[in-house]
Amino acid sequence: MNLSKDLMAASSTPLVLGIIAEGETYGYEIVKRVEELSGGALNWTDGMMYPLLHRLEHQGLLESRWRVADSGRKRKYYAITTQGRKALAEQQQQWQVINEALSRIWHEMKATTRSNDDGYQFA
Amino acid sequence: MVTSSRDIENQDAGFNMEARIEEWKTYLAKHAAIDGQDIDELEGHLRDQVDELRAAGLDEDEAFLVATKRIGNLNAVSREYAEVHSGRLWRNLVLADGVPGLNFSRELMAALLFAVAAAISIKLPALFGIGMEDDAGAWFYQRNITLFSLPFLGAFFIWKRELGFRGLQVLAIGILIAAVTMNVYPLEVSDSTAILAFIHLPLVFWFVIGVLYTGDWWQSQSRRMDFIRFSGEYAIYYVLIALGGAVLTAFTLGMFAFIDIDVEWLVQTWVIPCGAVGAVVIAAWLVEAKQAAIENMAPVLTRVFTPLFTILLMAFLITMSVTGKGFDLQREVLIGLDLMLVLVLGLVLYAVSSRDPAAPPGIFDLFQLLLVVAALLVDVLALLAIAGRISEMGFTPNRVAALGENLVLLVSLSGYAWLYLRFLRRQAGFTSLERWQTNYIPVYVIWALIVVVAFPPLFGFV
Repeated sequence: MNLSKDLMAASSTPLVLGIIAEGETYGYEIVKRVEELSGGALNWTDGMMYPLLHRLEHQGLLESRWRVADSGRKRKYYAITTQGRKALAEQQQQWQVINEALSRIWHEMKATTRSNDDGYQFA
Repeated sequence: MVTSSRDIENQDAGFNMEARIEEWKTYLAKHAAIDGQDIDELEGHLRDQVDELRAAGLDEDEAFLVATKRIGNLNAVSREYAEVHSGRLWRNLVLADGVPGLNFSRELMAALLFAVAAAISIKLPALFGIGMEDDAGAWFYQRNITLFSLPFLGAFFIWKRELGFRGLQVLAIGILIAAVTMNVYPLEVSDSTAILAFIHLPLVFWFVIGVLYTGDWWQSQSRRMDFIRFSGEYAIYYVLIALGGAVLTAFTLGMFAFIDIDVEWLVQTWVIPCGAVGAVVIAAWLVEAKQAAIENMAPVLTRVFTPLFTILLMAFLITMSVTGKGFDLQREVLIGLDLMLVLVLGLVLYAVSSRDPAAPPGIFDLFQLLLVVAALLVDVLALLAIAGRISEMGFTPNRVAALGENLVLLVSLSGYAWLYLRFLRRQAGFTSLERWQTNYIPVYVIWALIVVVAFPPLFGFV
């Protein structure tokens, strides 16, 4: 399944914030986690995620620092700030509203198609 | 060449991972918007990906290909970086243009052409008998100085950004406003609305230049910030050119005076006016072409002068409160204060635009907040004084203009103070300050436009 670009763009901020809220992490791990969470359906162009991380950092939602991993590889770790948690909570509420509205309409659609089948058929 | 490199890729033994990663990094480094740290970050990502693919059983060369592909098209990725880090692109625009040598000379030719056109335009009225020597002629040149200079700068950007007909339309609106208010309105040199309109017109026209400069009609935040940076550098370049021009003129006059030939008329009616309007275009070209050279100077200047201006404003406030001279500010003092506030605002604008938005709050940001707060207090003082003068002596164009300006500044500076405070207390990112800055610019312009267009008829052309 190919997700639309707009949908990917809109969901990327809460996803990234949510993943970093689980604990300090770095870019590659975030990409892996997104794949895992979406069952592989969310397939980002990896390079595009870093500008997003930097943007969130500029907005004060994330903090970054360089650390050397056990493997000796230098990595930039991102952690969420208090402000970031606030923004995440807001996003969560907004998505919940959309989610609820959508599931309601899916549900009603199913109900009407079923009653249509029972009653009469369109010519 | 193509086949040979493919041959190498196909033989696992011949594939040199480190060399390929170096190549990839070199290509990445060519993109102006991506800096050294970003390359390190992306390299780490690439290596992690390669390791995982290798562990899954892929050959080295396959793993490298898949990993680079997953990072994405580097040109597209770099565009995303540029959107976030507009300041970096600004530093390296010349490099990003591709063949630098060719563009350089083409652009220089165009800039010279527009500069010469500006110089010709200021000498054209002389053909119709409007000389610079008599008083009426001098006033004609003075009030139309915007028309003799800035439209050519606008035309340069229309050419450079390839804006076409729509760009010309925008420029035409600016020219129309300048031409009508300065020549159709029945204004004399002694009218205060004439002087006010004359002072505010360049600001309005500078915004027209900004709309053209951004190349996307003032749409994107990052381009607006670029324009503020451009304006700051432009001011420095223009002053440098003017200083050089003054030295050159002084030597010319002096040397010809030694051999008893008077060239003063030539200097006054040709060299200075033509040079001044030509430099308007040339300074812009220099800023665009030589950004990297001066890049280290302008932020340093703001860093030096921010604390000094803070101290000056503080000292002024303390002296006034001690001596109790706050409320009977005289006209000249008020004008001086307003000029200083405008200068301080310029300093703040530039400091915000030249700061790395990712850097954490520091001592310089604290200075910046102090400067803004001091300016805010001075502004309130000026407002009180103006209100006093208006209630005592009634409305005049000058007082209403000052009142409006100080109110516009009051709102602007309050916004800066509030957002700097939030930034210093880590309640907001620096981008909120940037956004406040760029979103507020139209307010200055609209006020200036009101003074230029509406004030003269409103006050009966006095």
